[in-house]
Amino acid sequence: MAKVTRRTFLGGAAATAAGVAAGPWVLRAHAQSGPVKIGVVLPYTGVYAVLGESITQAMELVFARENWTVAGRKIEMIKEDDEMKPPVGIRKTEKLIDSDKVDILTGPVHSGILMGMRDKVHSSKTILIVSNAGADAISRERCSKWIFRTSFSNWQPNQPMGGWVAKNVSKEVFLTAPNYQAGKDMMEAFKETFVPAGGKVVAEDYPKLGETDYAPYLTKIKQSGAKAVFAFFSGTDAVNFVKQYDQFGLKQSIKLTGAGFLTEPDVLPAQGASALGVITGHFYTPLLDNPVNHRFVKDFRDKFFGKIPDGFACQGYDTAEVIVRALKAVNGNTQDKDKLVDAIAKTEFDSPRGRFRFDPKTHNVIQPYIYVREVREVFGGLNNVPIDKVADVRDPGTGCTLPA
Amino acid sequence: MPFLLDLFAQALNGLSYGVLLFLLSVGLTLIFGMLDVVNLAHGSFYMLGAYAGLTLIAASGSFWLALAAAPLLVGVIGVLIERSCLRPLYWRGPLDQVLLTFGLIYLFEDLVKWIWGGRIRSIPPPDLFSGSVTLWGATVPTYRMFVIAFGLVMAVVLWLLTERTRLGAIIRAGVFDSEMAAGMGINVDRVFTGVFAFGAGLAGLSGVIAGPIQSAQPPMGATILVPALIVVVVGGLGSLKGSLVGSLIIGQAETFGKAWLPGASMLIIYLVMALVLLLRPQGLFGRALK
Repeated sequence: MAKVTRRTFLGGAAATAAGVAAGPWVLRAHAQSGPVKIGVVLPYTGVYAVLGESITQAMELVFARENWTVAGRKIEMIKEDDEMKPPVGIRKTEKLIDSDKVDILTGPVHSGILMGMRDKVHSSKTILIVSNAGADAISRERCSKWIFRTSFSNWQPNQPMGGWVAKNVSKEVFLTAPNYQAGKDMMEAFKETFVPAGGKVVAEDYPKLGETDYAPYLTKIKQSGAKAVFAFFSGTDAVNFVKQYDQFGLKQSIKLTGAGFLTEPDVLPAQGASALGVITGHFYTPLLDNPVNHRFVKDFRDKFFGKIPDGFACQGYDTAEVIVRALKAVNGNTQDKDKLVDAIAKTEFDSPRGRFRFDPKTHNVIQPYIYVREVREVFGGLNNVPIDKVADVRDPGTGCTLPA
Repeated sequence: MPFLLDLFAQALNGLSYGVLLFLLSVGLTLIFGMLDVVNLAHGSFYMLGAYAGLTLIAASGSFWLALAAAPLLVGVIGVLIERSCLRPLYWRGPLDQVLLTFGLIYLFEDLVKWIWGGRIRSIPPPDLFSGSVTLWGATVPTYRMFVIAFGLVMAVVLWLLTERTRLGAIIRAGVFDSEMAAGMGINVDRVFTGVFAFGAGLAGLSGVIAGPIQSAQPPMGATILVPALIVVVVGGLGSLKGSLVGSLIIGQAETFGKAWLPGASMLIIYLVMALVLLLRPQGLFGRALK
C-alpha cells in the first residue's frame, strides 16, 4: 500500500494548483483553434418546414463558398428543429447555449419563439442573429445589444405600402390578416402611411390562423364597397385566401394587394393563375437586377436542383454573410464578445437585396429597398416582378435604448 | 335591402360548408352507430381522399374520374384497417379503439408527407364549374353551387339506401342492436366491414369534393375532425337525419359566426353543442340513452 508522504502530497498539491491555474488558459487555446459553433433554431418539420429549409440552404451555400473555414477556424452548424412550438424552441435554445456553448445563435421563424428566447439570449450574452421572425418589439422596447436581425421587422415591408396603395391603387381599402400579433402589427404599419395619404379603411377582418374557408369574409369584402384589399397571409392560408378570392370573382372588381408573403415562391405554384396581378411589398424578389443577386440565384439553383431562392433564402444568405465577414474582421476570435458584436454591427456588403447594413440604433437591418411587386407570367412561370420601390426603410425603433 | 342580401349570401356560404360537413360526418356517424367505434382516423380518410384525388386528376386529367375512383381506393384502405387493426379490438374497451384510431391519424399524416410532401397542393375545380355566378346580388363560385346540389342529392340517395332497401334494413338493424341482428342470421362481421369501408369511402369522397375549395395539406384531416365530431354529437349518434340537420346547423352557425363575430366563430359552434347536450343529451335525432 502506498503511503502518502509529505513529499508526494506537496507534489500533488502543486500539480493540482498548476492545473487549476492553467485551466482557463488551456480551455481558451482549445476553443480558439476549435470550430466556430453556430446554433440554428428553425422549423424543419411541419407547415413552415419549407422556410427553415430555404434559410438553411442559403446559409450552407455561403459557408460552402468559404470551404467551411473562416479566419482559420472551421464552421460547424448545429441544427435544431423548433417544430414552430415556443416551448420546444426555447428548450432547444437553452440546450444550444448551455450544453453546446455555441458562439453564435441564429433563427427562429416564429415570433413567439423569438420573444420567448429573448431573455435567455440577453442574460447569457449570446449573440443572436434573427433570420426570420419579424416581431416589431425586438427592434423596439425588447431590443438587446446581443440581438441582430437580418430579415425584417413586421413593420418594414408594410409601412411603405400604405402610401403606395393610396396613391396608385385606391383610397378605399379593406384590411385583412390572421388573428395574431404579426397580422395586427402589419395592418397597423400599413395604416401609418395609408391614412395620412388620404386613405380610408373601409373595414378590417381578422380570420383565425389556419382558416380553410374564407367565404364569409369574402362575401363581406364584396358587400363592403371597398375598391381594394390589403392582406397578409402566409403558407397554407395564403394559398386558400388567394384561390378563394379568385373563385368568388373578386379579382376582377377589387384589386388584391398585400404583404410579400402572400405570393412568395413557396405558395405561388399552388395558387397558380389565381395569383396573377396580385401586388405585394417585400424586400426581395429573385428577379432583382444586380450582379450579386444574379450569382446568388444561379449558385442556389445549381446547388439545390433548380430551386429558385425566395426571400427566406435571401435572409439565410445575409445571415451567413454577416457571420463570415464579422469573423474575418475579428480574426476568428470569438472570445471577446464585445468586439464581435461591434464587428457584426459594422458589417456592410452588397447583398442580393441591395446594400446590406444594420441600423446602429436597433441592430435591425435597414431594408435597402421595399419593392412593390406584381405577379406576372414571365420566364416560363409565375414571378413577382418589381414595378416600383421605396428606398432605405428602417424600423422606427420606438422605445429601443441600445447604446449607440 | 343590403341586410337581407348579406343574409342570403352568407346563408349560401353556410350551406356549402354544411353540405361538406354532412358528406364527412355521415360516414362517421354510421360507423359509430353500427360498430360502436369512435373512428378518430375518419379525418385521415378525408385527407387520403383529397390526395388520391389529386394524383388521379394529375394522371387522368378528369375531376369526375377522380371523384368516382378516389372513394373506392379509400374504401379499400378502410377494409384493410377494419380487418387488420379494429377487428381484434372490438371486445376491448372503447379507450383502446380511440387510442388506435388516434395513432392512425399520425401514421396517415406521415404517410402522406412521405408520398406527396408537406407542401400545400391545390386541386383545380372541373372546367364546368370554374367560374362564379351572381344570384340576387350574391356572388357564389359555381363549384360551391355544385357542392350544394351534389350533397343534397347524396343525402336523398343515402336516405333511400337505408330506408328503402334490404341492405339498408340490415344496416339499421345492426345499428339498433348488432347482437340481435346476428341472432337473426345476418353475417354481422361482413356488414361491419362493409359499413366501415362505406363510411371511409364517403370520407374520401368529401376529401375530393373539398379539394378545389380548401386545397390538400397534411393537417387537413386533423382540423376537420373536430367540427365533424361536433356534428355527430349535435345530430345524434348513428342517425342519418341527425347528421344532415346537424351539419346544416353547424355550417350556418360557423359561417354567421365568422361574418358577425370573427373572434368567436369557434366558440359559437361549441355553444351550439353545449346547448344541445344540455337540452337533448342524445342529440337532436339520437335514440334516448340507455
